[in-house]
Amino acid sequence: MNRWLPKTYLTLVYVLLYLPILVLVVFSFNSSRTGYRWGGLSLQWYESLFNNHAMVQAMWNSLWLALTAATVSTIIGALTALALHRYRFRGKRVLRGMLFVVMMSPEIVLAISLLALFLLVGLQLGFVSLLLAHVTFCLPFVVITVMARLSGFDESLPEAARDLGANDFTMTRTVLIPVIMPALLAGWLLGFTLSLDDVVVSTFVSGPSYEILPLRIYSMVRVGLKPEVNALGTLLLVFSLAMLMLSQWILTRSKR
Amino acid sequence: MHRVLQQPFKTAVLILVWGWLLLLVLTPNLLVVGASVMTRDPGTFLSLPLNLNSYRQLFDPLYLDVFLNSLYMAGMTTVFCLLIGYPFAWALSGLGKQRQTLLIFLLIVPFWTNSLVRTYALKLLLATNGLINNALMGLGLIDEPLRMLYTEGAVVIGLVYLLLPFMILPLYSVFDDLRKELLMASHDLGAGKLSTFLHVTIPLTLPGVLAGVMLVLLPAMGLFFVADILGGSRNLLVGNVIKNQFLDARDWPFGAAASILLTVAMAVLLFAHRLSQQRLGDEGRA
Repeated sequence: MNRWLPKTYLTLVYVLLYLPILVLVVFSFNSSRTGYRWGGLSLQWYESLFNNHAMVQAMWNSLWLALTAATVSTIIGALTALALHRYRFRGKRVLRGMLFVVMMSPEIVLAISLLALFLLVGLQLGFVSLLLAHVTFCLPFVVITVMARLSGFDESLPEAARDLGANDFTMTRTVLIPVIMPALLAGWLLGFTLSLDDVVVSTFVSGPSYEILPLRIYSMVRVGLKPEVNALGTLLLVFSLAMLMLSQWILTRSKR
Repeated sequence: MHRVLQQPFKTAVLILVWGWLLLLVLTPNLLVVGASVMTRDPGTFLSLPLNLNSYRQLFDPLYLDVFLNSLYMAGMTTVFCLLIGYPFAWALSGLGKQRQTLLIFLLIVPFWTNSLVRTYALKLLLATNGLINNALMGLGLIDEPLRMLYTEGAVVIGLVYLLLPFMILPLYSVFDDLRKELLMASHDLGAGKLSTFLHVTIPLTLPGVLAGVMLVLLPAMGLFFVADILGGSRNLLVGNVIKNQFLDARDWPFGAAASILLTVAMAVLLFAHRLSQQRLGDEGRA
């Protein structure tokens, strides 16, 4: 019995974790309007989702934002990780500390501080403010992903490159980047997902000119139940599952 | 000669990173501190003179109630996450390596899935005519539907559901490090199971517990959308207060002060976490 108890417990927790998601997926194919009773198989909610022009626009906006935010944070994050790994400089501990604080602090604290900044400098709330905010909260995650990869890295390679006459820029391009490539991709995917999922920060720093998906979902689910959300949720689930599997695949393949 | 060549690259990278952090992390936070000691102004949001009224307002019985309630709900969330997560992480660390990898993967899948959508999915289960009530009534266990949605309980369930992985992952990492030999040694030296648990397992997993508490307690106070969707439109969490003060009531000094309260709470928890790690390090060396 003692051997089965832990396994039973683990199974139970996993069932509870996945039950709501499963219900959501099943009900996205439900033809009943009321949402709670099974009325037969139907794709009508997917149809009405794609016929909703504002929804499709918000989807594209979110994708574009996540794409740019992930790319910018990967570039800055990778350079930061390289600098932390390779260089000695003043304030290194402070830099690490700041990144750690950004990662740990509640999103809402980051959100209002950025709103205060944007209003002070008179930046119109929209794509640019969203991008700056998203890059900021993605940055520490990219940095730790890349740092983890660099810490297991053979130091003699850059030394050899240097001995062969490569300067730092050339060495970074030809030796370091290929080594950290898997971490870059994993960090990019993580940033992409974080950006696509964010509600708290986006609520504060977005404006009417650029509506994004999470905020549109938020306004839909605050009151009552909307069957379209089941369909949308299922699509997002499949999408993020694919992203996660891709990222895991990249990381495990690179270890071999 | 290399020195000269590598210098511009290093300088460029450092300027970029420092610039970003100073402009988008340090400055905004200083602005919030500044805003918290200014006076509310309907037109420009903020005006002089400087004062501490917003901090005094935090202790106004009306808001004090909200803060204490928010702390209570976040506390309950943390306790439930710990109660579920501690045995979970322990059980997980006892499995074979390959199975562990798969199960960790299954644990982070929800983390990569839209949290708003998952909160909404809970609504399908908890609603008055939702699946749980339908099932219970179908089985004849209850005659009338239970009122679960729009209660504080529903909000705690939602928060536990969203934050559980953040408790489990740090716990799992300490359990994974906790060498089995150490437990065995304690056992060989004559300590009983309970004694081993109290004197070896708990102290060694304490940094993981504190890391988990930190990752659950603070977000639990800030996740306003969970309170909105599952708790009805009431000011249940500090997050809701901050959001309302900034976006609706336009009382910036007060919203800023509430946010600083959260930051201070974070600092205290970070400090406790550091302390526990240091103590563990000292004992290890001794």
